[in-house]
Amino acid sequence: MSTMTLTPVTRPAGGGVTALGRHSLALAQRSLIKTTRTPEALIDVTIQPVIFLLLFTYLFGGAIADGNRHAYLQFLLPGMLAQSVAMGGMALGQNLNADIEKGVFDRFRSLPISRAAPLVGAVLADVVRYLTVCVVMLGFGTIVMGFRVETGVVPTLAAVALSIAFGLCFCWISVWVGMLARSSGAVQGIMFLLVLPLSFGSDVYVRTDTLPEVVQSFVAVNPITPLVATIRGLLTGGPVAGPLTTTLIWMAGLLAVFVPLALRAYARRA
Amino acid sequence: MTTEDLVVRAEGLRKRFGKTQALDGVDLSMRRGTVLGVLGPNGAGKTTAVRVLATLLRPDSGSAFVAGVDVLRNPREVRRRVGLTGQYASVDEDLTGVQNLVLIGRLLDLSGRDARRRAGELLEWFDLTEAAQRPAKTYSGGMRRRLDLAASLVGRPEVIFLDEPTTGLDPAKREDMWGVVRTQVTSGASVLLTTQYLEEADALADEIVVVDHGRVIAHDTPDGLKRRVGGQTLRVRPSDPSRLPDVLRLLDAVAARGTSASLDEAAGSRPGAASVPVTGDEALGGLIPALRADRIEVTELALHLPSLDEVFHSLTGRRKADDLPDGTRAGDLPGPAKAEEMV
Ligand SMILES: Nc1ncnc2c1ncn2[C@@H]1O[C@H](COP(=O)(O)OP(=O)(O)OP(=O)(O)O)[C@@H](O)[C@H]1O
Ligand SMILES: [Mg+2]
Repeated sequence: MSTMTLTPVTRPAGGGVTALGRHSLALAQRSLIKTTRTPEALIDVTIQPVIFLLLFTYLFGGAIADGNRHAYLQFLLPGMLAQSVAMGGMALGQNLNADIEKGVFDRFRSLPISRAAPLVGAVLADVVRYLTVCVVMLGFGTIVMGFRVETGVVPTLAAVALSIAFGLCFCWISVWVGMLARSSGAVQGIMFLLVLPLSFGSDVYVRTDTLPEVVQSFVAVNPITPLVATIRGLLTGGPVAGPLTTTLIWMAGLLAVFVPLALRAYARRA
Repeated sequence: MTTEDLVVRAEGLRKRFGKTQALDGVDLSMRRGTVLGVLGPNGAGKTTAVRVLATLLRPDSGSAFVAGVDVLRNPREVRRRVGLTGQYASVDEDLTGVQNLVLIGRLLDLSGRDARRRAGELLEWFDLTEAAQRPAKTYSGGMRRRLDLAASLVGRPEVIFLDEPTTGLDPAKREDMWGVVRTQVTSGASVLLTTQYLEEADALADEIVVVDHGRVIAHDTPDGLKRRVGGQTLRVRPSDPSRLPDVLRLLDAVAARGTSASLDEAAGSRPGAASVPVTGDEALGGLIPALRADRIEVTELALHLPSLDEVFHSLTGRRKADDLPDGTRAGDLPGPAKAEEMV
């Protein structure tokens, strides 16, 4: 075969961050191709949150909010948006774990790319899932269930952007667990144990002052709590600056702790 | 030979997994522009050695240089220069053949256009053009294997590691693969391949390393190795078993120096045939007219390469089969059908 020569492949200079970005995007594209091949993998960011929304509004809404379902929906939807984005990251760790089991990552590991690129790429592709959750919940809530944004377009977009950004930080926990767990089933189990108290031990469903004191102090330190407060503020009015600052600090903290943990666990996994 | 000519140079590699000493002080060297065959039974440590050289695994101790670069100090630079096809397919099943190869091209910093062109070129070369647009999960085992091999060549690596590249391929595809390896070497690459088939190492390798229990027990040319093992065996099965004594007499006449013909009585072999060690296929030239002159009709007349089993027997002084539980042997070793040249 005459075209087979050993002319070295030309590689643009400029490694470091630009190379990491370039490779991560190529790998993110790979994840997206996989998502389009298996749309059923989007159930947890489409049908599932809608069912939860319906369930809580119509089944418990009457009891919780003294029969005023609309008032309860206005209270519930922003909180569920935050919670669904956090839950949406669970699948990521599972997928990565399965990928590693299948040997696909051996190929990536043998290439001259940054160790972090396959993980960063997978995380970037998750943007699509978080965006889907936001669009589905706001769309369904508004059009079908009568949720009303009480602020405006810009705050709404800001709420969506913040949700996605939070999801991108929060999902590194899932990535880390995905690197440590022995099977993708175990990832789901561990993540569930982690996310469940975070989502119910918050004021997503009921006002904090109705909770027992022990739970109240948990709610106070739960990273979901300031996120819920910020999104409520952005969608239905209320203070934003305070909870937003706390949320951003949490996001930075999540990245600072779980990105290195995930990368180290990935490097150790032979 | 200076160390400059050595494209792979490893000394004292050790790696332990729990209680298993997978590598127990492995020394390897491969000259630039050659093929090194690494032979060994299951669990010998072949895959572990390849993964260390390809920077996927850190050894507990020892040193290794690939293309002049220190594997432990500068793994990234090593990855630029090597292509790896592991023992287990690492293609992405949800991606099509084209998408798999384009992704790797992009990760090697080819432009989108170059990556697509290179993908097309390789798919054609590996006879996958028709399946190029199908997800790899619809591929047969052999097609996946070929796609995996193609993936390791996207970057035109100067050193290629192939871990059992032909396991699971049909004979025709296996020979195609041998052609691929030879072409790579012609265009300047060096290839280290592991295999369980002596026949394959014989066909491709300039030098052969035999590994057992995490140690190198022989490093030689294929001919040198065969000489140690005792060359080839010529087997004749007369249609009429009563002619066996005549066959033995004729075989003795072509026997390698210091050997003599014997009836096949080893456990597992079908009785009614006689064999003799020979030095090469010249023996056939003498035997066939002699059989004809004596009017001996034969149902089998075959030249056997020494089997891997015999290599181990000869090199370690023990039957490899003794180490294995009953019933595992047949699947682990190439049967005579694979190791013989039918005449
Ligand atoms: N990740 C691992 N964890 C535990 N043990 C391992 C691991 N990898 C390899 N081993 C052990 O190390 C030894 C050498 O394995 P290796 O895969 O290198 O053998 P091999 O020569 O490639 O065998 P095969 O011909 O079956 O592919 C085996 O006993 C194997 O069980
Ligand atoms: Mg192996």
